[in-house]
Order: sequence, then structure tokens, then C-alpha cells
Amino acid sequence: MNLRTLVWREIFERKNQLLTSFLAILLGITVIVSIKNISHYSELAVAREMDSLGANVLVLPKSATLQDYYAADMQGEVIPEEYVTQLALSDLEGLDNLSPKLSLPVELGDKTFTLTGILPKSEFQAKAAWQGAGIFSRPIGCGASVGMMGADDKKTLVRKRVIENLEEDEVLLGADVGAALGLKEGATITLLARSFKVTAVLPQTGTVDDSRIFAHLHTVQDLSGKGPVINAIEVIGCCQEISKGLVQKINQLLPQAKVVTITQIADAQIKINQLMSRLSMMFLVIIVLVGGASIANYMYANVFERRREIGTLMALGADSFLVLRIFLLKALVLGLVGGIGGYLLGTLLAVALGPRLAGVVVLPMPGLVLWAVGISAAIALIASYFPARHAARLDPCATFQET
Amino acid sequence: MLQMEEVTKSYRHRGQTVTALNGASVRISQGDFVAVVGPSGSGKSTLLLMLGGMLSPTSGRVLLEKQSLYELSSDQRARLRKQKVGFVFQTFNLVPYLSALENVQVPLYLAGKDKPQQERRATALLERVGLGDRLHHKPCELSVGQQQRVALARMLANDPAVILADEPTGNLDPETSQHVIRFFEEVNREGRTIVMVTHDPRAAERAKRTLRLTNGAIVSSTHERGDLHVA
Repeated sequence: MNLRTLVWREIFERKNQLLTSFLAILLGITVIVSIKNISHYSELAVAREMDSLGANVLVLPKSATLQDYYAADMQGEVIPEEYVTQLALSDLEGLDNLSPKLSLPVELGDKTFTLTGILPKSEFQAKAAWQGAGIFSRPIGCGASVGMMGADDKKTLVRKRVIENLEEDEVLLGADVGAALGLKEGATITLLARSFKVTAVLPQTGTVDDSRIFAHLHTVQDLSGKGPVINAIEVIGCCQEISKGLVQKINQLLPQAKVVTITQIADAQIKINQLMSRLSMMFLVIIVLVGGASIANYMYANVFERRREIGTLMALGADSFLVLRIFLLKALVLGLVGGIGGYLLGTLLAVALGPRLAGVVVLPMPGLVLWAVGISAAIALIASYFPARHAARLDPCATFQET
Repeated sequence: MLQMEEVTKSYRHRGQTVTALNGASVRISQGDFVAVVGPSGSGKSTLLLMLGGMLSPTSGRVLLEKQSLYELSSDQRARLRKQKVGFVFQTFNLVPYLSALENVQVPLYLAGKDKPQQERRATALLERVGLGDRLHHKPCELSVGQQQRVALARMLANDPAVILADEPTGNLDPETSQHVIRFFEEVNREGRTIVMVTHDPRAAERAKRTLRLTNGAIVSSTHERGDLHVA
């Protein structure tokens, strides 16, 4: 016989009465763990997405609306290609790379795709003026998530938003285009009555880029008949410079254009994450109030029901500290089991529902178990303290008079 | 051994002062067997609780082996109780979710005995009261008489010098009552002091002395041996 046996036996003897309080704390912890787990992976996904986007500033026509970063250049409005020169010749610090784009719809094999013109790095280097201004002679990688040097493989376009070389009769095919038309590297296609050689089929990205055909910007400008215009300029800006107001500086330089950052583009997802974080806090408050009240209520009822037993223990020589410990140990067991159970259930829910609710793959977070158990045990102990103290102060003779 | 000096206990109930004990003085020697009788509400249980250090008097002193109980804190009184006092109750007050063995182990655990010591002592005591084959039965699986025998075994767990019994035969049939009284006589012969509150005249006449209470006052006593002072 020891304290543990006394507490354990009582819990199992009256487990049905304990069930409501246990469920209150279990479900509360479950919800918080789920939200925390999903929002953590959602935040990671945003960070990964921003990293994979490479460019972190977009220069667009003033009237452009922006729903999808990858489709930013597909809204029909145009800006002069001259803007690229202005940016390249400016003394703005923090411009690590520029990638102008022009898109137009094309038909190929009875299907409609987007033909996107891009400017290879070699074009920038060929322009003496730009070389002199030297955006590529500036030190790069001052915080930008991707660099652009040494990009020999044309498939680097997928991640780095820029390629080294692209001839005027060459095209790159998005993964879906290649798959839909059964085209491979070396094939020849005809677009708007002009023949192109497929130099690469790009890997799958899961974005609208998979349905694009990339060609040289100047070729696409010729085919469009719109002259030297572009739909968007993707800019790899130095993160530190962006935070120092690079966007505002570009805006001053190009007042007729709209300048946005990826932070704004990912804003919706960030807002969802903030909402989930606030929800998590709200549930924490709810569980503290509801779970705590439920446990306190149960403990008071338990003390009332056991007052004869407590009186008997006191008659047999139990002091008030032992009685206090009996009830607090029971609360601790309730908190620990509720915390561990809530963590397991919450993790299961997060892993199962994460992909549906937040569109991200969610993995278990072992670190959360400490957090869950800590919160749960603290709530159970605090809620049980006053009932336990009440039990420890019970007048033992009052229990005898009922006999 | 046990002494009450001019003890009064009064409390307020619905705006009126009720006197449960009124200037009671009594001295009980070691090895005595005292029956406390009287009508309901006469103060019998109050007297027993005071002797056990569980109910403080409004005035007067209660002494156990010359130690004034109510000059100690409640936790000190609890320590003294587990060393020197064994309680037995009319409704047995067994812990319902513990087996017979575990119920007897409780006072041993409270006294700080380790598990093997607890088990050895509890088993021996249950065998002594004839429940060697019911060690692992819970109270609800035992008859009323068997439950009282578990309570008797628990009473003796820490080898108490004083036994305080509150109507120990009140819920028992005559035959089982006789067994219980015989058991009290047996442990009294071992030198333990017994104070037993009872309504049962046959139980009372087996005690060495009888105290009669009326309206909180000790009004008479009969005795064969030992000292008795009535105030």
C-alpha cells in the first residue's frame, strides 16, 4: 500500500465519473495540438514556397490584378521593356537579378498553351551598357533565396527563374506540355507559323509553369506584334534591401508600374496561419476555462463523495498534507493522461486533415508532447488545488456524525 | 492513560447554542475497558471524538498519556493517533475500492511501514480474525460480520494502546455482536485500553466499567476495577 495505490485504485473504481473531465481536457489538448501541428507545417510550406519562387519582387502593369504568382505575367496588360533597362542602369542596391516576361496564348496539337518569352542571362551580359552598369558585377546572394550564377542546365529555369542561354529558335516545354503532346528533347514544333527546336522538357513544378512553353523574349515579342513590351519583370531582390524599402525605391523609379513583393502574394496563406495561431490561443483559453472548470467541479464532487473516506483516513492517522497529495496526484494523473492522449489524437487528426485543410503534408511533432502534457497537467493541478485543499481541511468528526 | 478535565463542547446550531458536553471530567487507566452509554444526543460520540483528538473542546483539557491533545496541531494529533489509537466504527468505514488486505495495510502505510512489513502484519491480523481466506475480497464482496472483522483487524494494525469504538455492534446480529465483544475482551486482556460507545446493554455489561451520559453530562458510573471520577 502506498499513495500511488490509493490514487490508482480510486481512479479505476470510479472511472466513469472521471470520464467527462478527462474528455474535456483530452479534446481541448487534441484541438490545440492539431492546430499547432498544421499551422507549423503550413508556415513551413509558405517559407518553402517563397524560397522556390526565387524572385521576391514583381514589377507589373499598374492595372494588373494578382491572384497567382506564377500567372503574374498572364494578365494581358503590358509595360515597356525599357523598364528593365531603367532598373539595370539604376543605382538601386539589392537587385540581384531581373527576369522580364511576355506571354501570349498559342495553339499546339488542338490545345491551347501559354507561350512565355524570357530573356536569357547571356542577353544581359551582351549589352555593354548593362555590363557597365553592372548589375551582374554587383555582389549577389546578399540574402536572396536563390542565386543565378553557373546555371548551365536549362532546367534551372524551374527554380532559379533564369537560364544562361536560349537561342531565338529554341523553346523549353513545361512538363504538362511535354506529356500532353508526347514531345521530348530534340523534337521540332511549329508555333504561330514559326518552327522551334525543343531544347528541354522542364521537370514538374505543380504550377502553371507546367503548361507553358518558354521561348526567347524577343521572339515572343515578334510573334505578338506588340513591339518591345513585357507583362512582368521578376526581380530577385536582396532581402535586407527589400526590408529597407527596395519596393518603394522601384516604385519611385517606375511610377507607371505596380511593384509587389512575395510577402504580399503569400499574404493570404500568412493570414490563414495567423488565424490558426489565434484559433490555437482561443482554444487554449477555452480549455483553461471549460476544462479547468470541469475538473474543479468533478474534484469538488469527488471530495464531497469521499468525505467519510477522508475522515476515516484522518482517524487512522493521515495528516492534511497526505490528503492534499491524494487529490493532487489524481489531478496529475488526469493531466498527464489527458495531455499524452490529446497529443496522440491531435497529431493523428493533424496528419489526416492537414492536407485537406491547409493543403500541406503534416508530420508528427514530438516536441509538442511536452507542451501538451505541461499545459494539461498545469490546468488539472491548478483546477484541483482548491478542492484538494478543501479535502485536507475537512473536519473528520463531521464524517462520523453521519454514521 | 486518558483523561478529561472539565471538558465542555458547545456550538451554534440555527441561532441556538447547543451544549454537547457539559463540564465532563473522567480518568481512564491503562488496560481499562469502559462502555459509554446514554440516549441519542447525550454526547457519547462527542466524548469519543474528543478522546481521539478529532474534536477540540470549547473549554477544558483532554490528555493522552499526560499529553494535552488540543495543545498540539491537528497534524501532530494525527501522528499521535496513528501511533497510539485504534478506531472502529459502527459502519466499519472500510475503503470500498481496496481489498481486505489493503484496508488493513492503510494504517501501516500511514505509520511508514514498508510493503513487505505491511503485507505480513495485515495478513497475520486478518488470519487472527478468521479472514485468512478473504484477503483479496473487497468490502462489497464480504458479509457485514466479515466487514466488521476487517475493521477490527485494521484497528489493531499499529498495535495501539488505546481503542476507541463507536457502536461497534450497532449494525450486527446478536451472534456476531458476541464475537466482536469477545474480541474486545481478548485485546483488553493484552493490556489495551478500550472506550466503547454503545446502545447495546449486553455489550455494555461486558465492559469493566460503564459511563452514563445524559444531556452532555456524565451522570453515573458503575465499575468493578479502576478509578473513575465523575464531575
